[in-house]
Amino acid sequence: MLKINNMTMRFGGVVAVNKLSMEIEKGQIVGLIGPNGAGKTTVFNVVTGVYKPTEGEVFYGEANEKISQLRPDQIAKLGICRTFQNIRLFKELSVFDNVFIGGHLRLKSGLFSSVFRLPRYTGEEKKMTEKAEYLLEKVGLYEMRNEKAYSLPYGMQRRLEIARALATEPRLLLLDEPAAGMNPQETQELMEFIHDIKDEFDLTIFLIEHHMEVVMGICENIFVLDHGNLIAQGNPQEIQSNERVIEAYLGVE
Amino acid sequence: MRKKSLKDSLWLKVGLLALALVGIVIINLFLDSYKVKVLNLCAIYVILGLSMNLINGFTGLFSLGHAGFMAIGAYTVAILTMPLEAKEMNYYMKPMVPFLLNLNLPFIFALLIGGLLAALFGFLIGAPVLKLTDDYLAIATLGFSEIIRIVFINLQSITNGSLGLKAIPQMTNKFIALPLGLSPKTNLLWAWGMAILTIIFMQLLMKGSYGKAFKAIREDEIAARSMGINLFKHKVMSFTIGSFLAGIGGGLLAVHLGTIDPALFKFALTFNILLIVVLGGMGNIYGTVIAAIVITIAMEALRFLDEPINLGFLTTPALPGLRMVVFSLALMVVVIFKREGFLRESLEKVLEKVRGKYAKNQ
Repeated sequence: MLKINNMTMRFGGVVAVNKLSMEIEKGQIVGLIGPNGAGKTTVFNVVTGVYKPTEGEVFYGEANEKISQLRPDQIAKLGICRTFQNIRLFKELSVFDNVFIGGHLRLKSGLFSSVFRLPRYTGEEKKMTEKAEYLLEKVGLYEMRNEKAYSLPYGMQRRLEIARALATEPRLLLLDEPAAGMNPQETQELMEFIHDIKDEFDLTIFLIEHHMEVVMGICENIFVLDHGNLIAQGNPQEIQSNERVIEAYLGVE
Repeated sequence: MRKKSLKDSLWLKVGLLALALVGIVIINLFLDSYKVKVLNLCAIYVILGLSMNLINGFTGLFSLGHAGFMAIGAYTVAILTMPLEAKEMNYYMKPMVPFLLNLNLPFIFALLIGGLLAALFGFLIGAPVLKLTDDYLAIATLGFSEIIRIVFINLQSITNGSLGLKAIPQMTNKFIALPLGLSPKTNLLWAWGMAILTIIFMQLLMKGSYGKAFKAIREDEIAARSMGINLFKHKVMSFTIGSFLAGIGGGLLAVHLGTIDPALFKFALTFNILLIVVLGGMGNIYGTVIAAIVITIAMEALRFLDEPINLGFLTTPALPGLRMVVFSLALMVVVIFKREGFLRESLEKVLEKVRGKYAKNQ
């Protein structure tokens, strides 16, 4: 599904990610963990095309297409979408519009048919509207659809971001700290929700998370980064007993 | 249920606009030609305000090149509609190129060509400059606008250089105006007809998926491109449409004034439109319409400020330009205290109330 091959990302003299190689298989829930500043979000930014890697490549899909030189919008069209660590909604727009816009990249009609509301466009718009309404119901925000996005409480904003990402019809969904700022009850619900959308939309999920109960609870495979280096990889049991991971998190005597 | 109310509000809007058109004809019958001229200028500023709001307010591109696009539209309309005699009279320093000398088109075609040429230039300069952001974009577009002006000064055999063009024929519409009992030349139909078309166009554009994508770009570029919106393509789209409308507005302005020269298309002209957009509210269609009308009328009504004022005990000297100080102060107040413009919330609330009552009565 996703293959990162010997990828290095350098910012001036700082090496954010160093010779990272990893692979994600279709249908998995994969976690990426590591202490602050380990380079986790940089990995997401490289995969989604925000940064072009200094060295190495990223491949995606059954055809193993090289995506590391593509623009973010091209990568989104191929089916990789994401949420952001520090929520990036279209703040002044309504909750409904936020999700509706997520479907814009699949629109086939041109500007002309949109302005003159030709049947070709209105048919597509109807489907986009229905999809957006369905997704809003799915994340429990249908009642708030006419509110402005910035007026929602924090937890709802996180769910809205996921709904917006789902509207792009992704096959690989990248979640950057989805449980940040959530209480144990909400975290539990989130874990069920992630399983739920994975099954329903046939997704592969790649997530960054600091809540260990989330990572250990739902991830089948976990990668651990420290100072830009991959220090461990394996299932939750293996990671929990891995000495290098314990060292990175707790320090060594 | 939800679908129905949407449709109702669309018909409500169409009805309101039709009513506005009838109102304009009636107003036209009772006003003298000076007031008709002021109202025509209002309509032209409505078009210009909306075109700048599309680029700056809805898409969030800080562009200051409006005067340049208007100059393209204005000169195209002037050159294409002037009869041979008027051209021979104007181009006395340097003869006009023969190809254009004999070219004469009906107003509506000239106006459309003016808009399309402005759009073409918008598209061509959009490609390099829309890679820039914020203040850099503002500087680049401002530079473009000045380049157009300087080129027009020097293309004497086409534009007549700094002498400008005089005796641009007025727009006539005998077939509609005469049966309605209006004077065929000085009437409100052309300018307001175009203004209403522009308002409807903007409504439809912003309602659709592309309009929403423009707003998404304004809100957060990083999120927008991660959601698969091709930033460059959508920015060029918005910029080109905005340039087209600026060209149309410029063409109407040329005919309205009857005389144009390159000095008209200085930054001050762009500033007037920016004033309308900011006071009416960035990204607000009806706010822009109201601000365009109010500001245009106020610019005429406040003319007494430029003249000597008798305060009873003393008479102040004439201060040309004092009325612009009023607008600049208003602009500062808005930018400091009410960035979303004077009209945004209030107008939306009024519409909401009307809709609420309408629903209750059913």
